[in-house]
Amino acid sequence: MQLKAGDRLKSAVCQTQVMVIAAPAGDVELCCGGAPLLSLDAEAQGGAPDPGHSGGTLIGKRYVSADGNLELLCTRPGEGSLSVGAAPLAVKEAKALPSSD
Amino acid sequence: MNLMTLLEMAAESMAGRVALQCGAARLTCAGLFAGAGRAAQRIRAAQVSQVALLDVASPALPLALFGAAWAGVPFAPLNYRLSGAELGALLERISPALLITDSGRAAQLAQRPGLQVLPRDEFIAHASASGTPGAAEAAGAPGDWSMQPEDPAVLLFTSGTTGAPKAAVLRHRHLVSYILGTVEFMSAAEEEANLVSVPPYHVAGVAALLSSLYAGRRIVQLAEFGASAWLDCAESESISHAFLVPTMLARIADELAATGRVVPPTLRALAYGGGRMPLPVIERAMRLFPPTASFTNAYGLTETSSTLSVLGPEEHRAALAGGDAMARQRLASVGRPLPGIEVQVRGPGGEVLPPGERGEIHVRGEQVSGEYLDGNSRLQADGWFPTRDGGYLDSAGYLFVEGRMDDIIVRGGENLSPGEIEAVLHEHEAVSDCAVVGVPDEEWGEAVAAVVALETGRSASARELQTHVRARLRSSRVPTSVHFVDELPYSETGKLLRRQIRDFLAAPPEAQPEPASTAPAAGEAAPTDSAPAEAPEAAAAPPPAPGRAGRRRFRALLGMALLAAALLAAWFAFSRF
Repeated sequence: MQLKAGDRLKSAVCQTQVMVIAAPAGDVELCCGGAPLLSLDAEAQGGAPDPGHSGGTLIGKRYVSADGNLELLCTRPGEGSLSVGAAPLAVKEAKALPSSD
Repeated sequence: MNLMTLLEMAAESMAGRVALQCGAARLTCAGLFAGAGRAAQRIRAAQVSQVALLDVASPALPLALFGAAWAGVPFAPLNYRLSGAELGALLERISPALLITDSGRAAQLAQRPGLQVLPRDEFIAHASASGTPGAAEAAGAPGDWSMQPEDPAVLLFTSGTTGAPKAAVLRHRHLVSYILGTVEFMSAAEEEANLVSVPPYHVAGVAALLSSLYAGRRIVQLAEFGASAWLDCAESESISHAFLVPTMLARIADELAATGRVVPPTLRALAYGGGRMPLPVIERAMRLFPPTASFTNAYGLTETSSTLSVLGPEEHRAALAGGDAMARQRLASVGRPLPGIEVQVRGPGGEVLPPGERGEIHVRGEQVSGEYLDGNSRLQADGWFPTRDGGYLDSAGYLFVEGRMDDIIVRGGENLSPGEIEAVLHEHEAVSDCAVVGVPDEEWGEAVAAVVALETGRSASARELQTHVRARLRSSRVPTSVHFVDELPYSETGKLLRRQIRDFLAAPPEAQPEPASTAPAAGEAAPTDSAPAEAPEAAAAPPPAPGRAGRRRFRALLGMALLAAALLAAWFAFSRF
C-alpha cells in the first residue's frame, strides 16, 4: 500500500492502530499480526495474529523499519506485532530527556 | 497527523487521570476529549478561519486548543496585556475569528466586525456540557478531524520586542514532531503535577499543555504569577514539575531569601527559559532551592515549537559543585541540541563557523516552522532556519546564546555582543541587573551604553564598573556611559525590552529622568566635564525608573586620540559581532 505521513491504519487481526510518521515513496507491505494493515474506516474480517507476529504493540511507542525510512506511532495497542512483509519493525529507542516546558 | 491524536491517546489510556486543574476546576483526560468535541461543534458552527483566546490561563485554553484542532481551525492565543490599538491590529489580522474572552472584554468587542465573541465562562460551560442538557450527544464523532500534517494548528504572535509582532504559524506536524521527539507517552507517575505559570500566548504555555498531557502529568494552571502565590500553589498541589521564565525564577529566589520560606520537597524538576539567565541569578536560585529540585535550562523559539536545546540537571549539579571551571562556564550555555535538532553557527556570508566563533545560530529539524501568517517564511530551502540569535558552540557542542543579532552594537566597524558585556557586568557584586545597548554616536556610529540596577544596599560608580569591564574585555567593549536605574523593563514573559531602553537613552538629556554618567573607554581622549542635566519628574515615564541622581555627564572629546582609537578599533574588527 502507499503510505504518507498522517495516515491512520488499523490491524485486521487485533486492536492495534498506528499513525504514519514517515514513509518511503512507493508500495509498502505493512502488516500487523502477519496480516496487511487496513485503513481506519475499513471493515475488519477478524481472525487472530499469526503466532510468528504476535509480540504485541505498545501505545506511544514508535516503530521503525531497519533502514529507518518508515516510522509509525502506535496509537492503540494490540496483540499483533508490526512488520514490513516478514521483517519486523523495531521499537525506536528514545533518549530520556529532562522535562523542559 | 493532528494534535487530536495526542489527546485521543491520552483519553483512551489515561481516561480518569486529571489532565488539568485550575483553581477548583478539574478536567480528566476523557473529560477534556469530550469537551474538545463539544467545543469543535461550536467552532464549526461559527464558520470562522481562526479561534482566538484573549484570556489568562483557564480550562478554556485546552478546550479551545483541542476544539480548534478537532474543527480544523487554527488556534491563536492573544496577549491580554495589549493595549486597545495593538489588540485591534492583531484581531484584524486573524478575522474572521471566534474570540473567547472574559465577559468584560466580550462586551467591549462584541460589535467588532469580523469577530464572533464568546464569553469564556459560556464557552467552558458549553464544552463541559454543564449548562446544556443533551450537549454530550452533540459532540463530534471521534476521529472526525483532518489528519493533514500541513494544516496550521497554532498561531503565536511573537513578542515583537524589536518591531511589530509577527504571527508564527505552527502546523500540526511541527507540534506533533516536537512532542513525539521529546516526551515519552504516559511516562509520568500518577502523582506528578506541572505548575504552569506562563501565559497561554507564550509558546511554552502551549508546549507545556501538550507535553504534560502526553506524559500523563497533571497540569496545574496559575493564572496570575506571583512569587508567593507560586510557592503556595507548589505546596498545596504537591507540584513536581514547573517551568519559569528567568524573571519569575529570580522573584521566587528573592521571596525565599526574604521570607525564609522553603520550596516543597515534591518539586523535582524545574525548567527555565524564554530569556537570558544571568549566571549569578541561576547560581543563587540553585543555592536557595533544596537539592531535591533539579534544574534544566531550555532554549527555544516560538518559531521552533518551543525547546531546541537543554542543559540538564547533571550539568547544573556539576557547575554548582565547583572546582571545574569548564562546568561553571557551561552553566551560562543553553546546553546541547535535542536529538532531532541540528545546530550550526554561521558567519555573515552564510559560512559555517567552527566552535568558539560567534555568528548567527541556525537550526534544522521536524519541529522547526520558521514561517509567518503573512505568507513569509524564513525557512531556507534546505530546511535551515536562521534564528536571529547570536552565539557560538563550544568544542563539546554546548550552545551559548548571546542575544538577538538585531541588538548587536556596531561600534567603529566592530561588532559587539551586548550579552558578552552584560555577563561581565553581572559578575560585579554590586550589580543586580543590567542591559547593554548601542546608542547613536557621531564618532563611532554606535557607542556602548550600560543601564544598571544595583543590589539593595550596594554601591558602585560608573567608573568602577567601567574599570571592571576593562579588566576583563577588550577596551572597545567598555561602556562609554553607565546609567543607574531601580529596575530594568521586562515583558510579562520575561523578555528584556531593549527597545524601551534604547528609547529611554535616545531621549534628549534634559528629558531624561536622571543624569547619565559617562566616562571614556580606554584609549580614548580624556573627557571634559559638562553640567549635570536636571531631570524633570514628568519625564519619568519610561520603565527604567529614576535611579541615583547627581552623577555627572561627560562628553568625550574628539581629536587625535579618538582618531587613533578609531584606527585601533578597525584593527580589532575581526570579531564576528
